Formats: sequence, structure tokens, C-alpha cells
Amino acid sequence: MDLYSLLREIADSWGLLALFLFFIGAIAFAWRPGSRPLHDDAAAVPFRHDDAPADDPSDTEART
Amino acid sequence: MWDWIKIAILGLIALFAALAANWARDLAYQVHALIVMAVAAGMFIWTIRTAGEPKPAETGYSDGVIRAGVIATTFWGIAGFLVGVFIAFQLAFPVLNFEWAEGYANFGRLRPLHTSAVIFAFGGNALLCTSFYVVQRTSAARLWGGNTAWFVFWGYQLFIVLAATGYLLGATQSKEYAEPEWYVDLWLTVVWLAYLAVFLGTIIKRKEPHIYVANWFYLAFIVTVAMLHVVNNLSIPVSIFGAKSVQVFAGVQDAMTQWWYGHNAVGFFLTAGFLGMMYYFVPKQAGRPVYSYKLSIIHFWALIFLYIWAGPHHLHYTALPDWASTLGMVFSVILWMPSWGGMINGLMTLQGAWDKIRTDPIIRMFVISLGFYGMSTFEGPMMSIRAVNSLSHYTDWTIGHVHSGALGWNGMITFACLYFLTPRLWNRERLYSLSAVNWHFWLATIGIVLYAASMWVTGIMEGLMWREVDANGFLVNSFADTVAAKFPMYVLRGLGGVLYLTGALIMAWNLWMTVRGQKAVQPSATGAATPAE
Repeated sequence: MDLYSLLREIADSWGLLALFLFFIGAIAFAWRPGSRPLHDDAAAVPFRHDDAPADDPSDTEART
Repeated sequence: MWDWIKIAILGLIALFAALAANWARDLAYQVHALIVMAVAAGMFIWTIRTAGEPKPAETGYSDGVIRAGVIATTFWGIAGFLVGVFIAFQLAFPVLNFEWAEGYANFGRLRPLHTSAVIFAFGGNALLCTSFYVVQRTSAARLWGGNTAWFVFWGYQLFIVLAATGYLLGATQSKEYAEPEWYVDLWLTVVWLAYLAVFLGTIIKRKEPHIYVANWFYLAFIVTVAMLHVVNNLSIPVSIFGAKSVQVFAGVQDAMTQWWYGHNAVGFFLTAGFLGMMYYFVPKQAGRPVYSYKLSIIHFWALIFLYIWAGPHHLHYTALPDWASTLGMVFSVILWMPSWGGMINGLMTLQGAWDKIRTDPIIRMFVISLGFYGMSTFEGPMMSIRAVNSLSHYTDWTIGHVHSGALGWNGMITFACLYFLTPRLWNRERLYSLSAVNWHFWLATIGIVLYAASMWVTGIMEGLMWREVDANGFLVNSFADTVAAKFPMYVLRGLGGVLYLTGALIMAWNLWMTVRGQKAVQPSATGAATPAE
């Protein structure tokens, strides 16, 4: 079997399956039970530390 | 110690650039060698004069490079729009391909100048400065690597100047959106890896436990563009002292590599990167968190898993195998869903604050950019269907599609981000004029509508004229017939561009007056600068 056909075989069998399973896994992980508080916390990240880094003395926005 | 190493390196670069300029085999290479020599010599002198001086301690966020990025984005945006307007009128009035500038400023030379200026100079600088802003705020950490961010910024400007002058002087490898020759490609690779290091370094030293979703999009953009750029530009220079190089791939492999690059440049440069902007700046300006964080995660994985396969739809009815062309078409159609998922996520962030569309022109710009994102991500999958593509391909419909995405989505969201960033970065209380933002909004919107509508009409018309056959099976129209029929639409398109450019000039004036026409306010310790309302 030449290289092209071999890669083509892998791509539309095991390669496809692996990518598809990873994709499904990523979605299932996002939807896992109990993830809501973590996601709410993550969604609020842009509203903290607007003016200075967390380790800066002038930073007064402690994480809640 | 580092200063002395730097002086030695800069001196050597200047020396080798001088030698290269002397032995250059073509004009473009010679000019580039002289530019590199001048830059290295200037930095050589500057480093000698400042060597050994005590460096001030680094505290707070590193915002200087972001300010420079805001200025560069505005400047390159106007330069790119101006060239775009000029070449639009060159198509309508060929006499504008001046005799005296033949070979330097005719349409063929200026067109890549326009595309690179708006995509890589305007869009690229917007991505650089917003990504540096977002990654610091969402990581609660200063940029990693000290002055490396400045190297990335100035290195990228040098790339733009080398690319632009190269096009005018005829150095091109004839790959669309990847025209720069081998040594410019190598330089961009160095700059890009430094960019990756700064961005990733900042994420690694973050103080927030979670990596905010905007950073995922930015990181996907940086990593994928690095991969695309390296693979698509695999070439062997004919001489180390000349601009010309020969591609490693040939024939259909080369075409497929080019459009794998080309479509993912759209997908990761103009989409993933700009979605990073969307996921930070829309919630910030609306004052509420993103509508659904779970949806944003699914949006991310679906988008990057699907986009990478969509490239072959650029090569329908070519030597490309049927299976590859079908694959590209199917993935393009599936891609419609995550695109609209992202658009809905952005728009629904305004839930409970819909009145802001009426009162806040910056929010209005974000909303219309998402609207154009939704429109062009519906139009794109439709055009990728082989039967539709047989009508639309090679016509102006494609140009209309690209511009509704680029002017509408990328342009509008960048303008909104610039309006958001300028008062905050320069500690000004508010924008100089909100009614000027309103003028910009309407001029740009009407400009895009004129552009897209005229290109739909002329594109479908020429597609139909090309395929029209008489009873005996002979083609009815010559190519020149279609060119003549397109004239009114070409003028209309040029006028749309004039409106869009005028809007951008108003923005530049407004940003200038925001910084120069107002006094700085003391940054308050507790909250952000007041939102511009």
C-alpha cells in the first residue's frame, strides 16, 4: 500500500473515530453535572482586576 | 550584559544587511536589505546610548504596547481602506492605472497591498493589542517576558512594511493572502513564536484559576496561524541574495495546501481571534457576563474542529479529488451551526439590557458586527455547496461575501473595541464625541450595504452571463460584455468604500480628540474608567 492510501485509510477510520470521540468528550465535559458554579465564576472573570494585576499592591478587587 | 549582546547582534545584522544590499539580485531584495540595515543601525545607536541605564521596576499592567497597537490599528486601517477605495475605482475607471506608475501602482500590484493592509496590518494589530489587553485582565497578571511584547509589536510592523514594499516592487510568491517571499515569512515566524511565548507565558503565570474563554480563542488563533503559515510557506530560495523562491509542493497538492491555509486564515485569524474580542468586550461593554459559558465552550470546540476541514470548497471543479471537495463542502455546511451558536451567545449577552442598543452607539457597533457575522456565516456555507459554487465562483459575489464579513464583522467589532479601549488606556473620562461614533456607525453601515448589494447584483449577473448559451450551444457573451455590464455596480461599490473610509476618518479624529482634547483623570482604585455613555 502506498503512503497516500495508507494515510487515507487511517484518516477515515481510526483518525475520524478518535477526533469524533474527543469532540463528544469535550461537549460532555462542558455539560457535566455540577459544573455550573465553576462556569458562573469563569464568566465573571472579565469583571475583576480591571486596573491592576492580582499581586499588585494597588489591586483592591479581591476575588469573591 | 544583555545590552552588550544586543549591541553586538544589531551591529552584525546591520553589517550583513549592507552586504546583502550590495550583492542583491533584484530591486525588492535590495530595498528590503536597506530597510533592515537602517532599522538595525538605528536600534544599534539607540541601544548604545541607553546601555547601562537603570531600568524602572515593572508594576501594574503592561499597557504601553497596547496603546501603540491602538494607534497602529487606526493608522493601518485608514491606509488599507484608502488603497481599497482606490483599486475599486481602478476597476471602474481603468485610466487610474496611470501610465507613469505602470509596474508599481497598477491594480495587480495594489490589490495584495490592500488585502494585506486590511487583514494583517489592521486586523493583525487589532488582534495583537486586544489580545494583550484581554489576557492581562483575565489572567490578573502582567504580560510575561517584559519587553518581548514590544519586540512582537515592532517586529510585526517591520513584517508589514517589508510585505507592502515587496508587493509594489514585485516580490510575491503568488499565494493569495500569503504573498510575502521567503525571508519575510521567516521573519514573521520568529515574531509569531515570540507572540506565542508572551501570550502563553502570561496565561501560565495567571492568578485566576480558570482560563477565560476569550483566551482559548486567542490561543487557538495564535497556534493555528503559526502552523498554517509554516506549512503553506515551505519554499526553497533560488539564491540567498534574491527574493525569488520555489514552492516545495506542486500542482493540486500546492493548491490544496494554499486553500487549507487560505480558508483557515479566515477561520482562525479573522474568526477565532475576533471571537476572542467578542467574548471579552461585548460582556464588558454590556456590563453583564456572557449569556452562556457552556455554549461558549461548545462553540469553541465545534468551531476549531470543523473549520480546519472547510478549505477544499475553494477548489470545486478542479483537479482536486471529488471526495476532498465533498468533504470541504459538508464541513462548511455543518460549520453554519457553531457560527450561529456563537452569534446567538454574543447577542443574548444583551438580554435584560436591550435598551443599550438605543442608548450606547458602541453596543450598537458590537451588535451590527455580530449581525454581519451571522449573515456571512450563512452566506459562506451556502456558497460552498457545489451547485451554488458553479454559479458564484470567480464572480464578484465572492468579493461581496468576503467584504460583508471583513467590513461588517471584523471592521465593526474592531472599531467598537478601539472606542472601548482608548478612554481606558489613556485615562480619559469618556470619548470625545458620542455623536461622532453615531456618524461613523451609519456611514460604515450604509457603505457596507452599498458594497454587498452591488456585488451580489454584479456577481450573479456575470455568473449567469458566463453560462448563457444559445440554441446551438455557443456562449452568448464574451468576457468583455460582462465587464461592460458591471460598470454601474463598480461605481456604486467604490462609493460604498468612500463612505466606509469617511467613517474611519471620523473615528481617527474622535480618538485623537479623546486623547489630546481632554485632561487625564486619576484612575480610581476601586473601579474601571466610566463606560462611555
